[in-house]
Amino acid sequence: MMTKENQLQIAESLKAHFGDDILSTETPFDFLTITVKKEKIKDVVQFLYNDESLQFRFLTDICAVHFPDASEKFQVVYHLHNLVNNYRLRLKVNMNGEHPELETLTTIFPGANWMERETFDFYGIHFKGHPNLKRILNVDDMLIHPLRKEFPLEDQVRLDKNDAQFGR
Amino acid sequence: MADIQKNSPSDVLVNPEKEYSILNLGPTHPATHGIFQNVLKMDGEIIVDATPTIGYIHRAFEKLAERRPYNQITPITDRLNYCSSPINNMGWHMTVEKLIKAEIPKRVEYMRVIIMELSRIADHLVCNSVIGVDTGAMTGFLHVFQFREKIYEIFEEICGARLTTNIGRIGGFERDFPAAAWAKLDKFLTEFPVGLREWEKLIMRNRIFMDRTINCGPISAEKALSYSFTGPNLRAAGVDYDVRVATPYSSYQDFDFSIPVGTQGDTYDRFMVREEEMWQSISIIKQALQKMPSGNAYFGDVPDFYLPPKEEVYNNMEALIYHFKIVMGETAIPAGEVYHCVEGGNGELGFYLISDGGRTPYRLHFRRPCFIYYQAYPEMIKGAMLSDAILTMSSMNVIAGELDA
Amino acid sequence: MAVDIRADYKPEGIEGAGFFATKLDDVVGLARKNSLWPLPFATSCCGIEFMATMASTYDLARFGSERLSFSPRQADLLMVMGTISKRMGPVLRQVYEQMAEPKWVLSMGACACTGGIFDTYSVLQGIDRIIPVDVYIPGCPPRPEQVLDGVMKIQELVQNESRRRRETPEYKAMLAEYGII
Repeated sequence: MMTKENQLQIAESLKAHFGDDILSTETPFDFLTITVKKEKIKDVVQFLYNDESLQFRFLTDICAVHFPDASEKFQVVYHLHNLVNNYRLRLKVNMNGEHPELETLTTIFPGANWMERETFDFYGIHFKGHPNLKRILNVDDMLIHPLRKEFPLEDQVRLDKNDAQFGR
Repeated sequence: MADIQKNSPSDVLVNPEKEYSILNLGPTHPATHGIFQNVLKMDGEIIVDATPTIGYIHRAFEKLAERRPYNQITPITDRLNYCSSPINNMGWHMTVEKLIKAEIPKRVEYMRVIIMELSRIADHLVCNSVIGVDTGAMTGFLHVFQFREKIYEIFEEICGARLTTNIGRIGGFERDFPAAAWAKLDKFLTEFPVGLREWEKLIMRNRIFMDRTINCGPISAEKALSYSFTGPNLRAAGVDYDVRVATPYSSYQDFDFSIPVGTQGDTYDRFMVREEEMWQSISIIKQALQKMPSGNAYFGDVPDFYLPPKEEVYNNMEALIYHFKIVMGETAIPAGEVYHCVEGGNGELGFYLISDGGRTPYRLHFRRPCFIYYQAYPEMIKGAMLSDAILTMSSMNVIAGELDA
Repeated sequence: MAVDIRADYKPEGIEGAGFFATKLDDVVGLARKNSLWPLPFATSCCGIEFMATMASTYDLARFGSERLSFSPRQADLLMVMGTISKRMGPVLRQVYEQMAEPKWVLSMGACACTGGIFDTYSVLQGIDRIIPVDVYIPGCPPRPEQVLDGVMKIQELVQNESRRRRETPEYKAMLAEYGII
């Protein structure tokens, strides 16, 4: 299990190696969360993969969050797992722009392929170097990225549901 | 049949000079259990390449969850892996309990373990009997579904529903298990092992079944890990990663069970891992019944989320206010972000919840194991024949609800 | 103990030694209703409840639906079970058009009837937006008994349908409304 000392060690090891590219370190609900500069995310993940004392060789998940009111509107969150010592880590990257760009992790983890496609489909985040960055869950000719906060949940052209009665 | 050389996936390369035929294993197909499409490039009967298309049942769960208060999200989680919906429900409740830092009594945790293991048995029964059906053994399916009906009856006694259960509440269970539920559970635990053993004798060492499934769709442990496999598919490849042991939740650390592990990661291994997991689940339920703490606590102390008893609502002002706030979804929820995972029927089902203090989640992301391991499917079937591809897909237990969410 | 065994439905007719004369429509209706071949268009959770209906406890096969046909050309009854998303709509429409007349459509579950709990941008709010439906079974998911009840209502429709219904102008007008030629 991951103790506070382990978390401190990992954070310090990253800080030692990457210096200013590590923007912040927190532990919400005892889960080590590190915010990284977006240009360096691939190097950080590669370092975590290769380093023999860190060994984060399992990618649990990739997802994104949209903060329309913040200064950096999009945040991509990576969850990594060290299966040997059973440590978990969360990496966050913040960015701006209509179609923010980020390096793909498919060369390190083939499993990141569909996770990144889903993130692109829902939020419009481009992953540079991805072998097949197309929409995966929505229809191919959809123009918007639906999980962004400005887009509504309901289908606007449906006729049979009276919004007034549904409290909308 | 065992001497037909099955190509290893890495041997198969697309030859640009050759002409291949394209076969559409379309969204509606009797053997694909769920709707997803695969466009196969075939060299005669051998598959050379495959392009999957999913999203035929995309219901926008994550966007829907941003609109609903916390107790209304449980019915959505039901529809993720609908063959074992209680596990999804419990996972969601535990995520919220982690966020609000709630204390849950031990008895409730044991009751949750019983429900989760019953639904794991139900899920594996579907998957394994359907592997049998795909090889032509329809009898096993009919025999095994009888036990699934027994499990449905137990769920019905507890929560009223069979399949999409919405079982439990944030903080515990809506009512104590009635006496009929305990009686049915005891009866199930005496009858099910007999029936399971009967079915195993029919199929497990059956020559035809073994020849069909051994070396069918293998995957190595390194490849499985690199594709972020979890659950029985990963354990069949040889890696003993189980969330119940790695990050124990709901008092799983009190129980003594083993994790079955395969060697080759082929269909037979996946089938056997699921079979053995069912036996382990039976053992866990028996241990939980033996060690069940005394008393009749069935919920923890979370007045902000758990509905007060009706007598108090009619007589006590505070209880009335709590009732109103919970039903209207106006409870005060702390801001924060939490990631919680449970061992679903297919692997690590994760809930990443970001709350900004509002009545609905700011962002809820489901880490769906099916979605993540299905990406390896084209690689697993390269070089295999079409019937092996069908078996590989059914043994991976791809549930469309969890794939698309 | 006298057990009264009656035939399911005996049409009105003239009976004699070795013969029974009745209307052709009645006989055809009787034959059709007891041999419906369903096409299980199962997409999600309702599909699992359908599997439970097909299994031994609730056994749909005793209603004559022994042979499930996944090929539209050989099926009579299209049972749409589960959520149909916008991506799946054209597929459903194509399957419906490929079926040969006479054909009936059964919409099982809240999602197929009206979109269910998924009032979202990606879900078709009811399959009757794209194909005509004969019987709706509400529920989420409906119990197997409800499914059997729905199938029995289809059987009633099949029994009482005139053999020329599919050529009448009203039927053609209804199909034209959906854009099915």
